Amino acid sequence: MNDRIHIACRLIRRDFSLEVDLTWPDRGVMALFGPSGSGKSTLLRILAGLERPPAGVVRMRKEVWQDEARGIFCPPHRRPIGYVFQDAALFSHLNVQENLIYGLKRVPEALRRVPLDRAIELLGIGGLLERRVVTLSGGERQRVAIARALAVSPELLLMDEPLAALDAARKREILPFLERLHRELVMPVVYVSHSPDEVARLADHLVVLEAGRVVAEGPLQTTLARLDTPVRLGEESGVVLETVIGARDAAWHLCRADFPGGSLWIRDHGVQIGTPARVRILARDVSLALDPQTRTSIQNALSGVVSGLAGDRHPANSLVRVMVGDTPFVARITRRSAAYLELTPGKPVWLQVKSVALIE
Amino acid sequence: MAFGLMTSPLHAAEIQVAVAANFSAPAQKIAEGFTAATGHTVLFSAASTGKLYAQIKNGAPFAVLLSADEETPAKLEQEGLGVSGSRFVYATGRLILWSKRAGWVDDQGEVLAKGTFAHLAIADPKLAPYGAAAIEVLEKRGLLERLRPRFVQGENIAQVHPFVASGNAEIGFLALSQVMRDGVIAKGSGWLVPAALHRPIRQEAILLTKGRENPAASAWLTHLRSEAAQTVLRSFGYE
Amino acid sequence: MLDFSDWAALWLTAKLATVTTLVLLVLGTPLAWWLARTRSFWKGPVSALVAMPLILPPTVLGFYLLLFMGPEGWLGRLTHALGWGHLPFTFAGLVVASVIYSLPFVVQPIQNAFEAIGSGPLEAAATLRASPLDAFFTVAIPQAKPGFITAAVLGFAHTIGEFGVVLMIGGNIPNATQVVSVRIYAHVEALEYTQAHGLAGGLVLFSFLVLLVMHWAQKRRDGA
Repeated sequence: MNDRIHIACRLIRRDFSLEVDLTWPDRGVMALFGPSGSGKSTLLRILAGLERPPAGVVRMRKEVWQDEARGIFCPPHRRPIGYVFQDAALFSHLNVQENLIYGLKRVPEALRRVPLDRAIELLGIGGLLERRVVTLSGGERQRVAIARALAVSPELLLMDEPLAALDAARKREILPFLERLHRELVMPVVYVSHSPDEVARLADHLVVLEAGRVVAEGPLQTTLARLDTPVRLGEESGVVLETVIGARDAAWHLCRADFPGGSLWIRDHGVQIGTPARVRILARDVSLALDPQTRTSIQNALSGVVSGLAGDRHPANSLVRVMVGDTPFVARITRRSAAYLELTPGKPVWLQVKSVALIE
Repeated sequence: MAFGLMTSPLHAAEIQVAVAANFSAPAQKIAEGFTAATGHTVLFSAASTGKLYAQIKNGAPFAVLLSADEETPAKLEQEGLGVSGSRFVYATGRLILWSKRAGWVDDQGEVLAKGTFAHLAIADPKLAPYGAAAIEVLEKRGLLERLRPRFVQGENIAQVHPFVASGNAEIGFLALSQVMRDGVIAKGSGWLVPAALHRPIRQEAILLTKGRENPAASAWLTHLRSEAAQTVLRSFGYE
Repeated sequence: MLDFSDWAALWLTAKLATVTTLVLLVLGTPLAWWLARTRSFWKGPVSALVAMPLILPPTVLGFYLLLFMGPEGWLGRLTHALGWGHLPFTFAGLVVASVIYSLPFVVQPIQNAFEAIGSGPLEAAATLRASPLDAFFTVAIPQAKPGFITAAVLGFAHTIGEFGVVLMIGGNIPNATQVVSVRIYAHVEALEYTQAHGLAGGLVLFSFLVLLVMHWAQKRRDGA
């Protein structure tokens, strides 16, 4: 349990109840995904100690932050967390620099692992330090808020829909910073979001909440490929693949995204060879065949093995999970096609991927 | 107000009388008899004499002033706001040194010399005749400078009463009318200061020019001099 | 135009208003904080008590204070037992009375300011390692600054204008309880209108300036 984060709580209010029991790895980004009102933010607040459910256990590795049965409750200011609020919650009476050092100067020197300069550089806010908070744009505020949270060198970074209040352009401005954060700081993050794009892009571990209950939970890739309770990010079922850009075909403006067990050609977005890239493949863009197709426009064909079938939302459709090596794909085909192809687990098939979206 | 001017003398009229705060209670009582005898009604405005003077000067619709002193009616007469020759002393006040506690004030006022008190309450001598009288008494006894540091002052004699009645000031110079009910001193202990120790505290009434044409106003002043009225004010501690 | 006693009364009034305002800021801040944050049943009754001086005639307040602080009142017995004597007719007594009299004028603006801050900045402070007390001094108080300025100005000005209460418990003692408003009253009663004008006109001007400064301060804040 020393490399796990655990929360178990029951909270019943007049118009809302929350009942969860979760354990996840202490590295990477855990995304709390679900519609508004599903209890994501409340769960985050419980982790931070801002909310205190009468029956609750919160454990960060070996540290018990809350265990009501044993009378333990560590108040928020004693938890080694960083918290990014949806509305940034910068202190309006302080300028940017003063906001940044507010938390920092309350952390003992021996525990400071993230130098302030590093946080400022990571978020690209070096030019804002003397500015008053009210003069910042929404995106700038959020970047300052993230840097401020990082500056306390948290052991756990909690982010409550940090991009929800921003328009698409501002989101594009911040997401690269978050990705860098993810890659460069070894710090577990809990990221609350109702945005499929953000989750597909950032999450390593996915927890889907609905009406205060966990409906699916696990590593992002396998959780999205589950068929028993199909998890959709947004309207469409689909999987997210962790790939590395392996080659480029400049003549056709394509590049090759490699993953364990195969590779896919995608439109070239100018990503450097050797850099990791996440791609998203929707179930509706995958078709199946028993033989390799040669005379077809679809270039991305992969050989795999059926590992499961399930019904979809519409009775005419079914979802088929196919393993390509260790990588799961999901295809949506009609039930008639599935019957015609006599698909059963263990049957080898060819996947044809019509469209691959590079997540950016 | 206009009502009083419009009614004929044969009918009941209404008059507005400005009365010094200290005489408010006996005035009400006297008015009961007046109304029973004449049918006229009296509306009283009670305030300190200084305030009433300021109001009269600024056009207040009073027909009669029952002042707490002699100076104010004289001044009004001079300024043409009062009817010449209508002034008279309707009551003379008596000063009492009083404590709410029994046995505290002896009947010779020796307590003043003994000085066994922290506060001596008096009315502001500049503003209130009772205050000026109290100063005279202390001067005659040769105690003024010794006791001045212990003064607590009310702006008028009405203000002094709660100081003493609450026990915050152990003793105080009050108007006899403030502690006398139905001819007796209701409680505590007191020294009725001999009238010879200070100039008489004469309270004058005057008919104001606004009441000149109002027969009820003259009727009221006549009634004030009647034996019935005098009996009432004696029971309140006036002479 | 003004005599020595008038100047002494002005000085005393300024002293009274200053001491009262300081005491009110010290006592009123925790009270306002509690009122702004509590969900206790007692919030209603306590708010009502705090607001009472707004609607009670000052003479009523003064009358009860005279009784409570006197030798037979519970407060009077307490102060006497503590060796402080009785409070009526003393400067300390005026301070106590003024604190009660001006309480809502100080507590309510601070309370409003605290309420306007909301829980967001305080929660942010908590996640930045600030204890509740730390956050109170480094976030709540600085953010409520406009409320404190309003409170101090109103408390000071309202105490200057205090009259009915002083009349009841003051005793008009020079350098102890003879404040400007009482002095004006005495001048009017004595028909010394010139001196009354000197002091009263000064107070009118003062009140106007106070409100003007507050208006400007407010405008600067909103404009910022």
